[in-house]
Amino acid sequence: MTEKYSHHHHILPLKIYLGIGGTLIFLTLITVAVAQVHLGPFNLVVALAIAVVKAVLVGLFFMHLKYDNKLFGVIFLSSLAFLGIFIIITLFDTLRRGDIYPEVGLPIKENAAMYDTMPKTTPHDSSGHEEVR
Amino acid sequence: MWVFLLTEVLFFGGLFCAYAIYRAWHPEMFFNAHKALDWRMGGLNTIVLITSSVTMALSIRSFQLNRQKQGTWLLIVTLLCAAAFMVVKYFEYAHKFHVGQLPGKFYTFTGIEGTNPHIFFSIYFLMTGLHGIHVLVGMGVIFWLIMRARKGHFSPDYYTPVEVTGLYWHLVDMVWIFLFPLFYLIG
Repeated sequence: MTEKYSHHHHILPLKIYLGIGGTLIFLTLITVAVAQVHLGPFNLVVALAIAVVKAVLVGLFFMHLKYDNKLFGVIFLSSLAFLGIFIIITLFDTLRRGDIYPEVGLPIKENAAMYDTMPKTTPHDSSGHEEVR
Repeated sequence: MWVFLLTEVLFFGGLFCAYAIYRAWHPEMFFNAHKALDWRMGGLNTIVLITSSVTMALSIRSFQLNRQKQGTWLLIVTLLCAAAFMVVKYFEYAHKFHVGQLPGKFYTFTGIEGTNPHIFFSIYFLMTGLHGIHVLVGMGVIFWLIMRARKGHFSPDYYTPVEVTGLYWHLVDMVWIFLFPLFYLIG
């Protein structure tokens, strides 16, 4: 599909590439500077917001999504949408584990190697096998 | 190509998901462990990779304008930036191997407080390692492009391999744009 559209050239002026590159480096410096200030949970929000802006700039200008067929942008955004669903629904599970049944979670926690401390059982410990037998 | 990039997003996405889960479970440990990473190294690599993305985009522009020599040189600069990225990464990894800040049961470092610091390094090595492999693959493809460009294979009528490699390279850059604040700049 790429061949089909590459014949309509979107030759951008040099200024745009250098300007976007400069903006990306500037935003990198900003995100480093902001990280030195303690804002609590907002540090993560600000850092991710800056990263998203940078990624959008790369996508729109370096990857030519702003000028290409909109289908490419839709394909790309759909992958991000599904990734968002994937992460959010997984977090629904992992963040709420143990809220309802703490007594069910306890033995799992105790037996899990490397849970709260370093391994309680060595990898070659046979205790697991005995239970199976 | 865009469909391939979609699979790449989901490929890295699984690891971003793992990151989110473990950071939510061990926020203090992530904060303490991130101090083991040098943000100057990571910041330098961010700038190096952004520069390589700019030169990659400019190289495509050069081929569109039939300036093949300029395009080839810009590809060479891109390749050198990628190599510089890997050299910095090598120094970071070498230091962590030396002090034992390694994944899982290989973790022998004792200076980080909090629960399960080895998990931070498991995720760090998996994500930056997978990203590093992508940079290496990209370097191989860019090298191949340089060889083809020297033979005069690309022109304003046909530069698709450069264009498609550019898309891949920008995606690798995008992934690093997220990895950098998530690992090096936990506030």
